[in-house]
Amino acid sequence: MSDTRLLDLPSAELAARVRGGTVAPRAAGDASFARMVTVDAGPTGLNALLYTDPSAQSAPANSGAPLAGVPVVVKDNIATLAMPTTCGSRILGGYVSPFESTVVRRLRAAGAVIVAKANMDEFAMGSSTEHSAFGPTRNPLDRDRVPGGSSGGSAAAVAAGIVRIALGSETGGSVRQPAAFCGIVGVKPTYGRVSRYGLVAFASSLDQVGPLGRTVDDAALALGVIAGHDPLDATSAMQPVPDFRAGASRSLAGLVVGRPKEYFPRSLDARVTAHCDRAFDALRAAGAEVRDVSLPHTDLAIPVYYIVAPAEASSNLARFDGVRYGLRRTGDGLNGMYEATRSQGFGPEVTRRILLGTYVLSAGYYDAYYRKAQEVRALITRDFTDVFARGVHVLFTPTAPTPAFRLGAVSDPYEMYLNDIFTATANLAGVPAMSQPIGLVDGLPVGGQFIAAHFDEATMFRAAYALEHALGTEVAA
Amino acid sequence: MAISETDVRHVAGLARVGLTEPRVQSLVSELNGILAHMAVLQGIDTTAVATAGDRRPPMVARADTLAPDRLARDLPAFAPDVRDGLLLVPRLGTHDDTESA
Repeated sequence: MSDTRLLDLPSAELAARVRGGTVAPRAAGDASFARMVTVDAGPTGLNALLYTDPSAQSAPANSGAPLAGVPVVVKDNIATLAMPTTCGSRILGGYVSPFESTVVRRLRAAGAVIVAKANMDEFAMGSSTEHSAFGPTRNPLDRDRVPGGSSGGSAAAVAAGIVRIALGSETGGSVRQPAAFCGIVGVKPTYGRVSRYGLVAFASSLDQVGPLGRTVDDAALALGVIAGHDPLDATSAMQPVPDFRAGASRSLAGLVVGRPKEYFPRSLDARVTAHCDRAFDALRAAGAEVRDVSLPHTDLAIPVYYIVAPAEASSNLARFDGVRYGLRRTGDGLNGMYEATRSQGFGPEVTRRILLGTYVLSAGYYDAYYRKAQEVRALITRDFTDVFARGVHVLFTPTAPTPAFRLGAVSDPYEMYLNDIFTATANLAGVPAMSQPIGLVDGLPVGGQFIAAHFDEATMFRAAYALEHALGTEVAA
Repeated sequence: MAISETDVRHVAGLARVGLTEPRVQSLVSELNGILAHMAVLQGIDTTAVATAGDRRPPMVARADTLAPDRLARDLPAFAPDVRDGLLLVPRLGTHDDTESA
């Protein structure tokens, strides 16, 4: 027996009912599995999920279990013990991690039920979840369109009502952009805020695990559980974790919101601009001051990102060689085995980025590309620190230039990369950012993005709660 | 700094990725198309900044101690084979195809 109406309950309320004994710890998990069968499976299904764990259990519910009985989906590049971890790639086919990621351990300790692993662009390289060895994921709001990427399976699972909370990972916008395309909330925490122990590395100076939620509160609740220092991750920061839900107020009195002109170019779809303007009006009505600001190096983020990230990926993905993990293919001698395994194991986008990264790091090109990109990255970071030092508390921008596009509509690699144009800046600078729905264009959701100073997610959530209350734009699948 | 077929074969060798001849040719076009957009960086004055590493928030350094083994299962549970306490893996030069090592 399952009652899918349990999945309509806010996560905090569901957990409270489980803790209070009025809902069985397994009930929402069972409802989640029932929902999967109706929306995800089969040739017309979403293909959002790769692996499920029907035996998943909730930890004993107690007062210290903020996610008691709450079903959660986890992206396929986050290590789990009960399900494979394959990063949407043939080269990791069948691989089951011998250890568990810190974020999953923390979720389970908080009472969450980890029900499934979500489809993704292979090794998180993509903006549409079309680059998965296991086939594309479809957008629950329009199945002819992409859900965004690379955390498209996680976003689709939330938007389709399979779960209210999912984990994704961000390197250049891979949580926020699919959240925008699917009409839900997605958070990229500050670099160092969440442990990456057990997250398969893509670009280590950029990667960060982030939650996707049906609402701002679902996302805030999840971030509160997974955030905090982890001795197993040398890059996790020893910063106190505030209560991200404490800012759930309707008033933004005293808050200064920056409107960076570079994120509103004349070429931006006027309907996206109009939704952002409506959001600015709502923020003003809630008491915030809106101030025009400039982040002058914004337009350099994509060239910088697509040098730095592939360079780091070319190093990180060297470990997938047929010796230690997953797939192995016969070749002529040891090098032949390496080359056969990697050419057959990696898809075309991953191969392209590995070669691009190897090229920009190779002798004769390192200074012109990689060193220069790191220097410009410092300018992009300085843009943010300067604007926050001048009294601006958060920035508000569109998350992506367009709503979800049709499956197969974008074939040029660089055109696909431009999906990250408003999101990659926050990854390069290490600052937190989040996307939430702010309206519809042609019936498809548009995301608005808040960006805050390092480790100031609390202010970002304060603004997000107020905007969500004002706009009331939770988009149902 | 246009990429040639020779460059693609060179970096594919460095990256240990086998490529077919048609794929080499398509990658020349794809990579040149991408790198053309990177040229804008050459005109940016970066003399005022050090490398990004100097501009990022101070990184936390963990204590220089060994962490306990975090494996959730014993080694024999996921190693290909175990004998006399040693892990046995397929010999690299004479292995067969397999989906999982």
